[in-house]
Amino acid sequence: MSKQLALVIDLNVCVGCHACVTSCKEWNTSGSAGALPDERPYGKDPSGTFFNRVQTFEIGEFPNVETVHFPKSCLHCEDPPCVPVCPTGASYKREEDGIVLVDYDKCIGCEYCAWACPYGAREIDTRQKVMKKCTLCVDRIYDQELPVSERKPACVLACPTSARLFGDIQDPDSEVSVAIREEGGYQLMPEWGTNPANHYLPRRKQRITIHEDELIRADSPLKKEGVHPHGPVKDVTLDDVTSW
Amino acid sequence: MNPAFSVIFLTTLIGTGQGLFIAVVFGQPYSGSGISNYGLVATILAFAFLAAGLLASFFHLGRPERAWRAVTKWRTSWLSREVIVLPIAMILVLIYAVVQWIPGLVDGKIMNTIGLVGVFVMLVLFFCTAMIYACVKFLQEWATPWTIINYTVLGTASGFVLATALSAILDVERLGDFRSLAIAFTVIGLITRLFSFHRNNRIKYRSSIQTAVGIKHRKITQRSMGHTGGSFNTRAFFHHCSDTLISNLRLTVIIIVFVIPVAMLILYGLFPREEILWAAFVVQFIGLLAERWLFFAQANHPQNLYYQTVS
Repeated sequence: MSKQLALVIDLNVCVGCHACVTSCKEWNTSGSAGALPDERPYGKDPSGTFFNRVQTFEIGEFPNVETVHFPKSCLHCEDPPCVPVCPTGASYKREEDGIVLVDYDKCIGCEYCAWACPYGAREIDTRQKVMKKCTLCVDRIYDQELPVSERKPACVLACPTSARLFGDIQDPDSEVSVAIREEGGYQLMPEWGTNPANHYLPRRKQRITIHEDELIRADSPLKKEGVHPHGPVKDVTLDDVTSW
Repeated sequence: MNPAFSVIFLTTLIGTGQGLFIAVVFGQPYSGSGISNYGLVATILAFAFLAAGLLASFFHLGRPERAWRAVTKWRTSWLSREVIVLPIAMILVLIYAVVQWIPGLVDGKIMNTIGLVGVFVMLVLFFCTAMIYACVKFLQEWATPWTIINYTVLGTASGFVLATALSAILDVERLGDFRSLAIAFTVIGLITRLFSFHRNNRIKYRSSIQTAVGIKHRKITQRSMGHTGGSFNTRAFFHHCSDTLISNLRLTVIIIVFVIPVAMLILYGLFPREEILWAAFVVQFIGLLAERWLFFAQANHPQNLYYQTVS
């Protein structure tokens, strides 16, 4: 297996602050590919091209309800359905690291790849008239001029709760592989066989089981002497039968 | 999906052109020794329909000046294959027109061979066009052999209705056969389209909000799609029309694509006025535009699961 870079998003930690959305937009609107459109940003009907969105879902019904914030970007599928449909080869998957990219100079803007993506991860650039999508910050993660700690996608660096992990999911010892393996990482819409590289970590509750008899200490000296909150204890306690 | 008019015109116009060419080639053996005006006019008209469809397709592209690049990925992309087969079909139609234009340029056998190769390419083109939609497996309304059958039968029916109308002014000898075949193809189209409507009514969607976000709970409600303004995802994949309009449109399509044209073609037997045939073609073609609109509008893209509520 070759390298497959991916994001692992921890839904247990995401607070839905949209910092990944704004940092993604900031980085990708400033790159060599040109600005990402932002039509009427302060107007009545704003619209723009984003590579990453944070959505919110409500699970269950009051009072048993929970809010889940759900960041969604290109999943860099290992078997991407958007790539073979592209008539020009503008949509492609990199051999060396598995990132799915669009060659903006070859794209004819036919939108067929967007139809062929079940996740709605692609958004057309309404100014350049070409299809755009998450690049996993390919222009950042290999930049030798940045310190090693900053060679990560902008969304990962921006996340205040470290809900976003980045790494090679084919390397079994990487942070992301361990997280997927040990924290129950899963893929979106597995029914279509796209094998998304990005994984999500589910909500995880920490629970311990306590039985009722564990709540009262059987050998408590309070049971023999002193003021007992439940009144005097008539039973024999361990103190009566052992000499310690 | 939100139907794009460029694609609706592309698929209906080339469908009619392909059907008309098939009708011309079908009619040719009946011409005997001489070559009639009819064949030439109908062939040129078929070319005009294919060219108009090709022109319409350019309006779908964001960067039409790069359209030539679309021939490169024919190994994997049905769209690329269509982009290759459509000009080949147009060239064959042109050649077929030229050999009729200049009598004696080639003998009848070669002409018929060109015609038959042309018919084969037309069928391949129907297949390529339909496979663009049928190969997207998670658009479950499209991912069915009915898509291929309907594209082929409806295009052929429309072409034969046009051929009937043309033969009424240029070559009455062929009219009877064309009229019978036009009725036959339209009726077959009605049956296959009803089957596909029936199938699409009963689709069990494999994706749900549960698989989309990967959480196992019966009740998951979207509270925010992440943006208040519209985006490409809310524009390109929703038709924003009511269910009533869709079901009314379906009935309208059945009536004006199939019932009225067949009634008019039969009526022509009683009142042989060519206007009836032209009206039949025009009514059916308008109906086919609506049918194609419905074909796109009824496709339910799984990405819509992520865009249920603005906020």
